[in-house]
Amino acid sequence: MVDPVITFEHVTKMIYNKKIIHDIHFQLPKGKIIGMVGPNGSGKSTILKLMAGLILPSKGNISLYGNHITRRSSQSIAYLPEKSGYYPFYTVRETISYHNRIYKDFNLEKATDMIKFMRLNANEKVSSLSKGHVSRLKIVLALSRQAPLILLDEPLTGLDPMMRASIIKGLIAFLDIPEQTIVITTHEVMEIEPLLDMVLAIRNGEIIKFDDLDNIRELAGGNLLDWMTNTYT
Amino acid sequence: MGKDFSSKTPIYLQIIQHICSQIIRGDLQPGEKLPSVREMALKMGVNPNTIQRVYMELERESLAEARRGQGTFVTENRDRLQQLRLDLKHDRIKTFIADMTEMGFTTEEISLGLVEYFAKSLNEGDK
Repeated sequence: MVDPVITFEHVTKMIYNKKIIHDIHFQLPKGKIIGMVGPNGSGKSTILKLMAGLILPSKGNISLYGNHITRRSSQSIAYLPEKSGYYPFYTVRETISYHNRIYKDFNLEKATDMIKFMRLNANEKVSSLSKGHVSRLKIVLALSRQAPLILLDEPLTGLDPMMRASIIKGLIAFLDIPEQTIVITTHEVMEIEPLLDMVLAIRNGEIIKFDDLDNIRELAGGNLLDWMTNTYT
Repeated sequence: MGKDFSSKTPIYLQIIQHICSQIIRGDLQPGEKLPSVREMALKMGVNPNTIQRVYMELERESLAEARRGQGTFVTENRDRLQQLRLDLKHDRIKTFIADMTEMGFTTEEISLGLVEYFAKSLNEGDK
């Protein structure tokens, strides 16, 4: 593969003597949107945290553009956690400027555009934002970075259909394809499917499929959900 | 937002079919500029890579041409557009006939059915 963004080499992750990830091995190509799917507890979030350098593998090696991943890698990886960790006493604008200070690759102009696009009020306190608006803010913070790798953990979970549609629209409008590579975990497969180039399917801490979406659709004779229904049940 | 891509046909092909119908209907005129890749991606609710592929395929099929720095335009070649019209007609009829044949209808039944259908809808249109 030409110029893989991230490489997992025989990665195993144990947590409290329990094997969460079993000897996984793959490379993500540049400029693609990759959907990571699988049932709850299959290891998706763990794989994302390993990519982000937030946890380290028990065995094996992970590299970003050939460099070993460490906690410092967060300077070149934008990670959107499932749970938010923002200061509730900051306004939206203060949260943006805080992120602008801690990340060198933060694009303030893009963030300002996205705030408008997502119809967020820059003067509102984070503590008074609705769940849907916190999710939009998280997307703004992740996509405003010119990081080569963007990791989104369940960006659509718990949101109403209109909010999910507006977040998907924001992704299409502001992702910098083909410069950025994006990994998204989600259970909202029907909605995310038109966005995907590739699918990474996980079960019990192992990769059961990593292929182009079109190949999987052809294999299933249907859409991604059909394939998952056949494979996981 | 976007289109429904639930059928098994690859998404890029569904978008190509959609654009071809627009060209045939005249919603997109010969020589008209197609939306930019990102605009089209937003309109369809799909990955920009998919639209990139759609435009490349349309170019390969001589249905569109990319002009450097200006974008992608519907071809002005009338012969090619006429060919597209005939191809689409042929495709749809072929699919219809295949479906009917699979259900066990004979060629005579199908053609008679079509004649009767047109006659009936013509009468209804008169009322």
